[in-house]
Amino acid sequence: MNMTTTTVFVPIDATARSLGADEVAAAIVREAAARGEAVQLVRNGTRGMCWLEPLVEVTTPAGRVAYGPVEVDDVTGLFAAGFLRGGAHPLGHGLTEEIEYFKRQERLTFARVGQGDPLSLTAYEAQGGLRGLRSALSAGAAGDIVEEVVRSGLRGRGGAAFPTGIKWRTVAAAPADRKYVCCNADEGDSGTFSDRMLMEGDPYCLLEGMAIAGLGVGAEYGYIYLRSEYPDAERTLLAAIERARAAGWLGEDILGSGRRFDIELRRGAGAYICGEETAMLESLEGKRGMVRPKPPLPAIAGLFGKPTVINNVITLASVPVILDRGSKFYADYGMGRSRGTLPFQLAGNVRRGGLVEKAFGLTLNELLYDYGGGTASGRPIRAVQIGGPLGPYLPAAKFDLPLDYEAFAAGGGMIGHGGVVVFDDSVDMASMARYAMAFCAIESCGKCTPCRIGSTRGVEVIDRIRADERRDANLVLLRDLCDTMTHGSLCAMGGLTPAPVLSALEHFPEDFER
Amino acid sequence: MSSDPIDAAIAASGHLPGGLLQVLHGIADRLGHVPPEAIERVAKALNLSRAEVHGVVSFYHDFREAPPGRHVLKLCRAEACQSMGSELLAARLERRLGCGFGETTGDASVTLEAVYCLGNCAASPALLFDGQLRGRVTAEKLDAIVDGLTEKQESA
Repeated sequence: MNMTTTTVFVPIDATARSLGADEVAAAIVREAAARGEAVQLVRNGTRGMCWLEPLVEVTTPAGRVAYGPVEVDDVTGLFAAGFLRGGAHPLGHGLTEEIEYFKRQERLTFARVGQGDPLSLTAYEAQGGLRGLRSALSAGAAGDIVEEVVRSGLRGRGGAAFPTGIKWRTVAAAPADRKYVCCNADEGDSGTFSDRMLMEGDPYCLLEGMAIAGLGVGAEYGYIYLRSEYPDAERTLLAAIERARAAGWLGEDILGSGRRFDIELRRGAGAYICGEETAMLESLEGKRGMVRPKPPLPAIAGLFGKPTVINNVITLASVPVILDRGSKFYADYGMGRSRGTLPFQLAGNVRRGGLVEKAFGLTLNELLYDYGGGTASGRPIRAVQIGGPLGPYLPAAKFDLPLDYEAFAAGGGMIGHGGVVVFDDSVDMASMARYAMAFCAIESCGKCTPCRIGSTRGVEVIDRIRADERRDANLVLLRDLCDTMTHGSLCAMGGLTPAPVLSALEHFPEDFER
Repeated sequence: MSSDPIDAAIAASGHLPGGLLQVLHGIADRLGHVPPEAIERVAKALNLSRAEVHGVVSFYHDFREAPPGRHVLKLCRAEACQSMGSELLAARLERRLGCGFGETTGDASVTLEAVYCLGNCAASPALLFDGQLRGRVTAEKLDAIVDGLTEKQESA
């Protein structure tokens, strides 16, 4: 019997839980009790190495040792191998922080995710939490906060990459009796999960970023618009808001400063279009998620007609480190006009799927092969889609493009939210093109004709091409239709749906000929 | 607080500015769907027209107007899951359950729905079974879920 208590980490992240983490945690507690081993179980956020989930970690004098993917049936064997003291086992990976995939990352926004209990305020502060907020409270004027964010070069991580500080400046300068901060947590793009991991793994970081935004622009109330597909994130955020209020850094008197800022969580209802910022505002106001024409910009007339900062989760969660370490520290990462880091997400048919936070500038090849390790199926990578369902498909010839907003766009790509979906050579790109139109038809809000009607017509035309029905004429028609959607749609939904379609046609024309 | 689910949902969220979605969620959480009678009562309580409430109910995928089956199975059919063979799983589900997506089996045991991204894209294919997320779903794992449903039904 060994009575030294060993800390064992089993992630509480939704991905880990979807692979049996709860059952593994219970089995570890059971087995430890049976063997008379003293174990302290911590349900941490994920380390982001999803292919190893459930990833069980054990604290040893040398550091945390990783085992994964662990199934319930492995637990007895792990105890037998002495995993509580870091013993060798076929599922062992050595020290977690020495795993290449993890070690080579540059984690600024995700610095704390996976370290410990996401809801522990003590751990949060011990690992640098609230330093950004304190720095914002001690700033001479609200304008200093905004200018610090401007200097950091931070751009919107939700997809559009608009400079965050400039948006904040507009809201700060807009005269109004009330202003809002809205966090867009409607992460609907397939292949993206960084918002979810952050909210589940370090919820206080998001709340802190929102509070700083509120101080910067003069808003006293914030909303988190969370998609309903993320119940775990909802539970975590609600608990975090509650505890932050109780600890006195949200609510009537932030950290004794006399300043106010509070946050309310609102659950979406399964509409992809509500990730579009103006549709999100409509939804927050209790209406159908119909896109609003711009202008007016939400920064001038947003939620309930008031000046509103709308930022994505990762954007807001990147703010605390900027206020804490300074804009220069953050801006020293990256290339060109893409400053800082982006948490990329490797998804789909990839051997080592997960989250990779790196400074802008690495190439797609590095991401796909050095980190991803090629496909899960072991077949060659044929195409990748980056930036969600509205992002173009890229062939292998484009994999040497650097991941920088401008350089990548110049090469025909779109970084968007940084989600990378990998396809092997069994993919039928004509079917993916059809899916892009079909998805748009399902999720279009219906406000503008090119998107509402064009998407349905798009499905029909692609079906005719695939059936070899007047192929040439229908190809011309498809391009014409895409042109109308691109230039005539009210928002990016209809406007960018042609991107996956046209890129599939351009790079994989043979798939439309069978 | 009232024990009537619609009253309870209105009491919990009706006061929130723009809180209609939260009220409807409250009803759907309690009843599994938003019944037609709720439209008028919610409209009255929130000082909205019935058309406005109906418009919101019909816009969002989460608000069903009829009760679902005893179990709800939502398969992700978005790109990342497609790259890992979700369409084969989709066809298998339709065959085994004998119903299409957006439909409920004849014995009302299962409602089958498509969902577009569950945020589990590094563990594709993914599905949601009675609100529980599952990742790296294989044909065998899918069969085990479906078998469990039919067995329960036989013993019931």
